[in-house]
Amino acid sequence: MTDVKTLSHDPYNLIITGVGGQGNVLASRVLGNMLSNKGFFVTIGETFGASQRGGSVMSHLRISKDKTCSPQIPRGKAHMVVALEPVETLRVLMEYGNPNVKALCNTRPIHPVGVITGANNYPDTRDLKSWIEELTESAWFIDATDMAVKLGNPIFGNIMMIGALASQNELPIDRKDFEAVILAAMGPEKTKINLMAYDKGMEMAG
Amino acid sequence: MTRLIEAEEGSRQLFMGNEAIARGALEAGMKVAAGYPGTPSSEIIENLAEVSEKAGIYVEWSANEKVAMEVAAAASFAGLRSLCVMKQNGVNVASDFLLHLAGSGTRAGMVLVPCDDPGALSSVNEGESRHFARLVEVPLLEPGDFQEAKDMVKWAFTLSEEIRNLVMVRSVTRLSHASGNVIMGNIAESKNLEAETKNSAFFKHDGFILDQMEGAVISAPVTYKHGQQHEKLKKAIEFFETSPFNTYTGPENPELLVITSSVCSLYTNEALQMLNAKDRVGLLKLGTTWPLPPKLVAKHLKMTDKILIVEEVIPFLEESVKTLAAELGPEIGVKTFFGKRDNTIPSTGELNPDIIASALSGILGIDMEPVPEAYTKRAGELAFLNAPVRDLTFCPGCPHRASFWSIKNALTMDNREGFICGDIGCYSLAMLPSGFSALKTLHSMGSGTGVASGFGKLGQFGLNQPVVSVCGDSTFFHSAMPALVNAVHHRSNLTMIILDNSGTGMTGFQPHPGLNEDALGKDAPAVDIEAVVRAAGANVTVCDPFDLAETRETVLKLLEDNNGVNVLILRQICALSPEKKGKKQFEMSVDENICVGENCGCNRLCTRIFSCPGLTWDREKKVSRIDEVICAGCGVCASICPLQAINKKEVA
Repeated sequence: MTDVKTLSHDPYNLIITGVGGQGNVLASRVLGNMLSNKGFFVTIGETFGASQRGGSVMSHLRISKDKTCSPQIPRGKAHMVVALEPVETLRVLMEYGNPNVKALCNTRPIHPVGVITGANNYPDTRDLKSWIEELTESAWFIDATDMAVKLGNPIFGNIMMIGALASQNELPIDRKDFEAVILAAMGPEKTKINLMAYDKGMEMAG
Repeated sequence: MTRLIEAEEGSRQLFMGNEAIARGALEAGMKVAAGYPGTPSSEIIENLAEVSEKAGIYVEWSANEKVAMEVAAAASFAGLRSLCVMKQNGVNVASDFLLHLAGSGTRAGMVLVPCDDPGALSSVNEGESRHFARLVEVPLLEPGDFQEAKDMVKWAFTLSEEIRNLVMVRSVTRLSHASGNVIMGNIAESKNLEAETKNSAFFKHDGFILDQMEGAVISAPVTYKHGQQHEKLKKAIEFFETSPFNTYTGPENPELLVITSSVCSLYTNEALQMLNAKDRVGLLKLGTTWPLPPKLVAKHLKMTDKILIVEEVIPFLEESVKTLAAELGPEIGVKTFFGKRDNTIPSTGELNPDIIASALSGILGIDMEPVPEAYTKRAGELAFLNAPVRDLTFCPGCPHRASFWSIKNALTMDNREGFICGDIGCYSLAMLPSGFSALKTLHSMGSGTGVASGFGKLGQFGLNQPVVSVCGDSTFFHSAMPALVNAVHHRSNLTMIILDNSGTGMTGFQPHPGLNEDALGKDAPAVDIEAVVRAAGANVTVCDPFDLAETRETVLKLLEDNNGVNVLILRQICALSPEKKGKKQFEMSVDENICVGENCGCNRLCTRIFSCPGLTWDREKKVSRIDEVICAGCGVCASICPLQAINKKEVA
């Protein structure tokens, strides 16, 4: 693994998206703290609140060597989209995508209530993948939720996505940074299982 | 998050805006904090409560915002610095006390932090708290980033003591709920905290009547005290003229001057970068936004003839600047203003860098560098056609879905066009199709029962529809109690349904007076809702909303009773509560051999109408299916299916 010390863009604009309850906010805090601990200026803009009740959730991470940025990324300016739910990738790309954006997607769908009632359709996974590939420079797909269920709890999907992101060498983060942040936030007991989830994520995307 | 208190002086932390505000209060030596939960403000009190013991402070979730401000004021009167926190519309609730407090003045530093929600990201209003500062005439500060959120709150206590009056520090969602780097200041360490704080509170009240520090704390004689209040504002203006929270960046003679405040300054900065226009535009970022420091503003207005004012919600700053510009006319000349009043900046909704860049590009004649058109078109098409909208809905396992299912069914069976007056909480979502579009009125906290109390008196004019109101347990204590008492006293005909999920669910499960635990996690006497209702003189029944049949029958019976106020308490703990979260009571499954799908005649009652996210329609097999990742295991859907195809098995 090559050691990336600098940012490919400044600010580097990363969006973590998903559905309320998937651990979107935790993922953005963990990733933000990993980068902040390295001395970067990190600004996180979050849309939550009522979103816990089935709505889309989105965190904007802005990473810079020297400045606090706006908590909202301008249109079309995302460099990386990490999606905990696949269809949310499309929604984010519509507003923040550009031909050079990259995406990392969990393939497990969460059906909106309109799909459950039959009023709307949820796209086929293969179609969804091909559209995301079309709209990005590169895209990775991993089955994080299913693997997390095997680990014992679907909630670990978000941590797997962080592991998967780290494996791509897009950002100057590694396992040690992750361990330090989790240990400080959750204590030694929970760190072990979270490290397992992180490693699984790295492995799946690697 | 103990780092709120343990983070060392000089260390650099990634803090949420609300954490920065809490830290600022701790660094100022604040001793008492009170608030009422409301997005985006709740984390301030939550964080302070968590460190309360270590910090030697008292923190409470008060019954409502007015009481919170009264509790915080008492501390100030007794010589302790205090903080009061609420969301924007909470200030409306507190405003009567606020007006009189501004008149009486305060003693030890007292700071009010309202958190506004431009764009109503998690509100049913786009309310504005800044105008209260002007309305009741107290100083207003607005932090522009995370560091300022901390530093400004800290300084607000000093200012409050300088002028002996309340100071407002207004935050917004994009600051409170965003995170950024903050360098810590010193939390005054006390070797013997207990001894030091033990005897520090004393309320002196026997001094001369006009002596604010030693006499009675009252807003009379009114014109005298009002005059004093204006002197205090003059003093505040003097501080504001040289405040480091007001900054100018840009050329000496800019083509355009942007005046802004709050996170809008971060957006504007970004917009100027996007347009590469930093050498043409000056940026006056104001942290002290009411009353405006006239000399500082005059100095900058003189720099150019074109001024753009960037702010969210009402044109508050714009009006203040324009008033000053009119007064300064002979000195500064005639200016051209852009802002909300001429629609250069949208009059509603929240702002972002793109909206400001577009406003700037129009004034400056700069073309914005767009994302390639073909990309935008294709991405828009794909998302529009293929990304199904994600409407808000009740959580899987939420008691409210079950409650509204039964209430709606009872109203339908009753068949007299009865209706539900809604209230504020998670159950407000019942205004949406996923809550069966059950709510027919929805306004402020406690208003459901107040409005119902009015409807229930319209019988003499021929209104014979059954009237139902709903309210949550926290909302009951907040402001539905007076409405209930009113309805009982006036023999209004209504059924009040209290959706008791044992916590303030919408905002993250904070305690309220009905629970036996307080904000600090300590034992507290619970005020029994049932006993309160009974004492008010209403009939009261309690049901478990998960028992659909019994709930429906009970509601139906109450609807038929035309004799005053009936109260039904539907009691079931929130699915996200610590007791329930992540634990399934039942393992649910659909028997594919029994579910006959579209041939049933139920018209997919379970997935199409009940619409719990944990129960989905399998398009290939054409039967219903439990999504084991989403399902919370509440067991309610088992009683929906007419063929009993949904099974529940108790989890051991």
